[in-house]
Amino acid sequence: MIGLFWNLLLALAWVGLTGSITAMNLLAGFIFGYIALMVLQKQVPVLKGYSRRIPRLAAFLMYFLKELVKSNLRVAYDIATPVWHMKPGVIAFPLRAETDMEILFVSSVISLTPGTLSLDLSDDRKVLFIHAMFLHDEEQLRNDLRELEHRILKVTR
Amino acid sequence: MSELLVSVLLLAGAAFMVVAAIGVLRLPDLPTRMHATTKASALGTMMTMAGVAFHFEDSTVTARVVAIVIFIFLTAPIAAHVIGRAGYLTGTKLWAGTIKDELQERYDPKTHRLSSGLEKNEPRTSSARSKDLSKGQK
Repeated sequence: MIGLFWNLLLALAWVGLTGSITAMNLLAGFIFGYIALMVLQKQVPVLKGYSRRIPRLAAFLMYFLKELVKSNLRVAYDIATPVWHMKPGVIAFPLRAETDMEILFVSSVISLTPGTLSLDLSDDRKVLFIHAMFLHDEEQLRNDLRELEHRILKVTR
Repeated sequence: MSELLVSVLLLAGAAFMVVAAIGVLRLPDLPTRMHATTKASALGTMMTMAGVAFHFEDSTVTARVVAIVIFIFLTAPIAAHVIGRAGYLTGTKLWAGTIKDELQERYDPKTHRLSSGLEKNEPRTSSARSKDLSKGQK
């Protein structure tokens, strides 16, 4: 996380020093900053693994957009057709995420994707209760959620 | 080409928002309504904003578009979570077609404790710490 912050600072410094404030220049600054941090990451402990995270973050965003469109079309189809195809229910989903940041990230993304809405977290922060709209195949849904969580943890850890 | 892209994005965004509005009216209970509003409105806003960015093709506008989309994606799920949770915990009835509810048996309405059902079995790496935490709360 701090690595991304440094990278943005380097990009802003680049924009300031080159003196042209455009999106393309900011992107160029970001790329140069990324390369600099990639070279540095072996020597600076807080940057450990930073260069691997940015491609993973990009891959995650693509995956997330795909899931977002897919889940929306499904919910939209059920709303627009007169018969209810949905089988809603509340399931308990054991979390692998542990820190506040990870839990926030996981529960927010779950709220935004495949017909699921995070309702509550158990007091010991191990289980997330999720309201799912399409519980036709619970195992499949759990696998999807685990896959999603796995992808998020690959970015944050 | 750009004109076509902008029109498609704006129309699709508006269509998703219409669906969200119809969903709020038609869907039978609170959590399913929250499904309609969070997802469809987040995607609808994103598409509309992308249309705006492509129409103006100006970096100051694009920066604002990116900021708006980020803020929508930060706030929409949290609002949905809080409304859904409050509705559930104050005892709003779920739709009759709801097939499963694993939350109900683990929630104690008198003490407002929500147990995970994993307390005794399955010790994990951080279990010692979180056990202390849950003891402290009780």
